[in-house]
Amino acid sequence: MDQLLQHLLNTLILGGTYALLGIGLTLIFGIMKVVNFTHGELYAFGAYMMFFFAMVLGLDFFATLVIAVILGVALGALIEITLLRPLRGANIDTTMLVMIGAWIVMQNTEQLVWSGIAKSINTPFPVEPLVLGPVSVSWVRVFVFVVAVLLILGAQLLIHRTKLGKAMRATFQDRDTAALMGVNINFVYTATFALGSGLAAAAGALLGPVFVVTPTMGNLAALKAFAIVILGGLGNIKGATIGGFILAFVEEMGAGYVSSGYRDAMGFLLIIIVLLFKPTGLFARAERIG
Amino acid sequence: MSAIPNTAAPVLEPVLEIEHVAVHFGGLVAVADMNFAVHEGEVVSLIGPNGAGKTTAFNVITGFLRPTKGRIRYRGTVLTGLRPHEVADLGVVRTFQKTSVFDTNTVFENILIGLHRRGRCTAWETLLGLPRVRAEEKRLREEAVEILEFVGIARRASELGGALPYGEQRLLEVAVALAARPSLLLLDEPVSGMNPAETSSFMRLLARIRARNITVLLVEHDMRMVMGVSDRVVVLNHGKIIAEGPPAAIQQNPEVIRAYLGHGVRGEGAKRA
Amino acid sequence: MKTALLCLWLAVLLTVPLWLTDLYFLHILITTGIFTIAAMSLNLLLGFTGQLSLGHVAFFGIGAYTSALLSLGFDLQLTESYRFAVAPKPVWLAFLAGIVVAGFFGWVIGRISFKVRGAYFVIVTISFAEVVRLVALNWVDLTEGPMALSAIPPFTFGIPGLWEETIYKKQPNYYLVLGVAILSYLVIRRLVLSRVGRAMIALRENEPLATSVGIDVTRYLILAAVVSAAIAGAAGGLYAHYVRIIDPDIFLFIYTVTMVIMVITGGKGTLAGPIVGGLIFGILPVVLRSFAGPEIQWIIYGAFMILIVFFLPDGIVPAIRSWWEGRVGPLAEPEPAELSNARPAERQAE
Repeated sequence: MDQLLQHLLNTLILGGTYALLGIGLTLIFGIMKVVNFTHGELYAFGAYMMFFFAMVLGLDFFATLVIAVILGVALGALIEITLLRPLRGANIDTTMLVMIGAWIVMQNTEQLVWSGIAKSINTPFPVEPLVLGPVSVSWVRVFVFVVAVLLILGAQLLIHRTKLGKAMRATFQDRDTAALMGVNINFVYTATFALGSGLAAAAGALLGPVFVVTPTMGNLAALKAFAIVILGGLGNIKGATIGGFILAFVEEMGAGYVSSGYRDAMGFLLIIIVLLFKPTGLFARAERIG
Repeated sequence: MSAIPNTAAPVLEPVLEIEHVAVHFGGLVAVADMNFAVHEGEVVSLIGPNGAGKTTAFNVITGFLRPTKGRIRYRGTVLTGLRPHEVADLGVVRTFQKTSVFDTNTVFENILIGLHRRGRCTAWETLLGLPRVRAEEKRLREEAVEILEFVGIARRASELGGALPYGEQRLLEVAVALAARPSLLLLDEPVSGMNPAETSSFMRLLARIRARNITVLLVEHDMRMVMGVSDRVVVLNHGKIIAEGPPAAIQQNPEVIRAYLGHGVRGEGAKRA
Repeated sequence: MKTALLCLWLAVLLTVPLWLTDLYFLHILITTGIFTIAAMSLNLLLGFTGQLSLGHVAFFGIGAYTSALLSLGFDLQLTESYRFAVAPKPVWLAFLAGIVVAGFFGWVIGRISFKVRGAYFVIVTISFAEVVRLVALNWVDLTEGPMALSAIPPFTFGIPGLWEETIYKKQPNYYLVLGVAILSYLVIRRLVLSRVGRAMIALRENEPLATSVGIDVTRYLILAAVVSAAIAGAAGGLYAHYVRIIDPDIFLFIYTVTMVIMVITGGKGTLAGPIVGGLIFGILPVVLRSFAGPEIQWIIYGAFMILIVFFLPDGIVPAIRSWWEGRVGPLAEPEPAELSNARPAERQAE
């Protein structure tokens, strides 16, 4: 029983960051119809920026977090403008190939710059875990969870309460009509990609101090983000949030009760099963009809 | 249901029977209750204002959509629930409203793809390169040339489908459909976008298609064409059939005239809404 | 013209071990050949049916592991009371089994893709490869996990009982790979230049139109997936018995990416494309390694991929073809992409 409670708590904490990772990806797919293979690298980028400013330059932990996210946003905007804007209107396979190319370039650049040795980041949080009756959790994870939830809420507010969010939603519904109504599609795309990238960088910056930072950390993150997004239905933000928690739950339970070696395989099996029975994801809205 | 008694083709058996078909998309009713039949050798036109459910009817007949209610039969076989290629296998072949050819293949290849159903060799036989595979390929090529000549685009054989002028692309579409050897051909606005001369020549082609014992169901907005080629006309409005009968009677039908609301069914005046 | 060129090509390929005595270069050619076979198989799915399969390395790895395990034999304690043991099998039999098992998984993926297309298909295939990698990594009883399967026996030739020859040397391995490559090429070529291939191209170009003329696209997609996976499995088998040690890293995504780069650089949907791409990216590392580390090499690969998509989206082979035709006139033999430019005149002459 205590073990189950611990797993559920872990699910909650892990699910928050997974949701954060998924939202950025699903947003980009939903609005731009681009499968962003660089998502994992932006995640790794966030973690490395955290390492660079906090550990190499010795800046304040919290300030570094903000810097890492801002740089993630900037890098995302740069990728969008240089690689995706010229390919506007190209089919989805073409942009996928370009994004795969960018992924490889980014990952190996990280490897070149930071070497393959894992880096760890110190945090200002106490080492002793927070004990809640039978279960415990480290303070840094609590912090990560809280920030992740705040970021998810912030993204929701941005999409539902701002003018930019309105333009994004209009583009999501129907790009051509939105353009006719005077929405600046190029700006919406760049903003979307930058926002999605910022969320990925934030996830990396938050999890970097929890785990260690390695050049290949982005691979698994990207694949997991795909899993989350597929679970929720591509382009569905609420779906991605729930998908994040489902993936965390399946992984925790799989690792706890089946085999820890297959922890990461659980998510992929889940994707394949979900797609077999519900090809549009668990929470897909009805496709256009009529 | 129809205001005018059916006088055309009274003795022939129906080949395509559409029985109480309804199609709903969520709360939207695209086709409410559709009932009509097409008889052997007929040319039947399905007309109606935009959004009346004509293309939806085509999609339901050819297996691209499943009806919410009702049943469709072709020569006794129930089509409802079959997939598009299975419907095609029964001899029911359609064209698309929006021009649809294999753009990056040559005109000749387009026809060869259309002839798919005419080949019987399996993948294994193909892999082994048996003589009958070669013989079949030769036969298919001959058939393709024949079809190109029949439709009148033989001189375009080596050009890319997507590079043809618009009118010829529409001919190519029909040629690809004919290659699948239909016994019932469904044409979705085949002359839309054609000039009057092209339309006239298409009407002559339609007469020759008909002479090959191919039954035709036509969706068309060009009233000159509809009135010129049809044995019977079925009029859809808001997903319901409001009239059915020979062209002359349909032109007089007050309900049809009201549905088109001033567009006029007579002559070429019928503009797309 | 084309025939002469083909003969020249074959002559060069067949005589390579005679004039290329440097074993290191021969080794590069062998691995290049193996990856070219894999790229050719990927091209069948990616180029001809238009399905971006990004889990292709799974079939390669499954072929390699199946062939290696059967030739080594294994002994599994599945439950307390049930043991599953396989005695070592002859290499050729293990190799064929690897092809069959890979083909079976191709069938499974083909069945799945019956329902999903586009981005979903891509993610299913990536996930599939990742699951297979994690199984190879974690099922230590069977695969030795990260410790790798080693001492895999090399190929043997001959008639059992009478005369047998085990091939340790590079030269016979070269001919073996070349033989499998030519056979794979012929299989793909036959399929692609036939009614079957046209159905696959039709699926890629315009799926609704293809189904409306009676093409069962699911069937041809599955067929393409099975053949493609089986050939990739053959390449994997060749790799296992040539390198003689395999570990779960064989399933890494980066190898799929390498195959994809080979195919799109050479020209997807052309028969010669993967060969040209395979040779370029098989030999490029040799050139690069003298002055660049592996990271730089991968960065160049990634940049190459982006540049190709931007500036030469159809790949090298179609570009050269149109250049050649512009200068010299049409090539005698058409590629499937422009398969049989009708030639009605020819028929009338018959």
